[in-house]
Amino acid sequence: MIEAATISTSLDVHAIREQFPVLTRKVKGRPLVYLDNAATSQKPQAVIDAIVHYYSHYNANIHRGIHTLAEEATAAFEETRDAVQHFLNAASREEIIFTRGATEGINLVAYAWGRKNIHAGDEIIISTMEHHSNIVPWQVLCQEKGASLKVIPINDLGELMLDEYEKLLGPKTRLVSIVHVSNALGTLNPVGKIISLAHQAGALVLVDGAQSSVHLDIDVRALDCDFFVFSSHKIYGPTGVGVLYGKRELLDSMAIFQGGGEMIKEVSFEKTTFNDLPYKFEAGTPNIADTIALKTALDFVEQTGKEKIRKHEASLLAYATDQLEQLPGLKIIGTAREKISVISFVIEHIHPQDLGILLDNRGIAVRTGHHCAEPLMRRFGIPGTTRASLAMYNTKEEIDELISGLQKAINMLS
Amino acid sequence: MSEKASIQEIERDIVEEFALFDSWDDKYEYIIDLGKKLPPLEEQYKTDVNKVRGCQSTVWLVSDYREGKVFYKAESDAMIIKGLISMLIRVLSGHSPDEIIEARLDFIQEIGMTSHLAQTRSNGLLAMVKQMKNFALVYKLKYAAA
Repeated sequence: MIEAATISTSLDVHAIREQFPVLTRKVKGRPLVYLDNAATSQKPQAVIDAIVHYYSHYNANIHRGIHTLAEEATAAFEETRDAVQHFLNAASREEIIFTRGATEGINLVAYAWGRKNIHAGDEIIISTMEHHSNIVPWQVLCQEKGASLKVIPINDLGELMLDEYEKLLGPKTRLVSIVHVSNALGTLNPVGKIISLAHQAGALVLVDGAQSSVHLDIDVRALDCDFFVFSSHKIYGPTGVGVLYGKRELLDSMAIFQGGGEMIKEVSFEKTTFNDLPYKFEAGTPNIADTIALKTALDFVEQTGKEKIRKHEASLLAYATDQLEQLPGLKIIGTAREKISVISFVIEHIHPQDLGILLDNRGIAVRTGHHCAEPLMRRFGIPGTTRASLAMYNTKEEIDELISGLQKAINMLS
Repeated sequence: MSEKASIQEIERDIVEEFALFDSWDDKYEYIIDLGKKLPPLEEQYKTDVNKVRGCQSTVWLVSDYREGKVFYKAESDAMIIKGLISMLIRVLSGHSPDEIIEARLDFIQEIGMTSHLAQTRSNGLLAMVKQMKNFALVYKLKYAAA
């Protein structure tokens, strides 16, 4: 009994790795070390199987057909909606909108909520550590409406300066759109506090959960966020699917995003009445296969256990941080006290691109560059970083490979 | 007096040099070494105008036209790209605009660079080649008319 309890508290990484076929690959003659999980995670066999099974057994267009295949496909598609509702602890399934990804979710809100509710003189708050996808849609909206974009600064550790945030909040603030976990720094932002302060000022909050949803337990009701977006492909699911959560009354009051099939109730050439939530925002045939496989991915994460995954990743992060800090001239960018699964660094006199090429030559996949966060790189006065980002299947041995790869690269380059 | 080797001859030399390497580590050692030896570009040329677009690293490229030949100088903040630049300069610099425009530069593929460097990075290399050829084209149009 005790033994069983002990086993269940820690992750069996070996067993997990066996479920990800790509991890057996060799790259440049060496075993693949995949440390680019913040860009996209690898997919377990079950997710790949779900896609194949859909196309092999019940491929059909959903919601309209009355034949067996259409009913099966519709049921599976809608089961994912229920799974996502449960995953986010949303109040109702109608609050779950399927999109192409987190980026489309943000754009949907900027378009359908923003164009109706943002006016000249209004203010939208974002932060220095936003991904371009949480900057550009608001910039475009602000330019169109004569509104202005305010930016929460960060300290040298890569943490938001909350006192500065409070100063930015005011009667003109309509929306705060903030990243939950930074893709470039790993910083975990105190979104609960950010949300309550915004609400006190009468502003809504969108949380960009692209990086957080794979690591943290997300409870949109406890957070009380107004919108939450995430992407399937960063949570072991397929690319091309994302989720927008929105509070029902907000989604109901919003304008439409795209017109077409699925999103209508009745169409004549004089007038169209729109469908109810969530279909109002899901024009056209959706990405059925990948949406169905998203449920498989969520089930996989839930069965593995987020708490176990978090513990495993936290111990790897601590180990990697400790090992990296011992390399000469290496500086970690982003040393927030609350940090998750991402480790970004620069090495004196060495360009990240050179490190990326030489690590790849040893089968090690990392990300180099600005990580779609150019304003953040400017804040640190660097052109970019090398970033290793962790997932449930990474091991201590892989961190050792990274370290020895870096040592070799440093020797070659200096 | 020996005639300057043609672009194709220099390309063939490089391919032969690379054939001596057993591993990619050795190839990279060599490219990095070329990068280290590339003479630095004078500070006044390191401007926005001289930047080559489409590279993950910053590349500055300038050219000069003397007695019917194009000469290049370039630098980058990344070492491997610097080594690749050094090879491109070795191949193209000192040739006529026509020779440069028509150069096939098969050596890049033959030494394995386009398949070995990921697409995003080889795009940086291709952007550099394109810019070098653009300079040659400009000189050709400017001086052929005169």
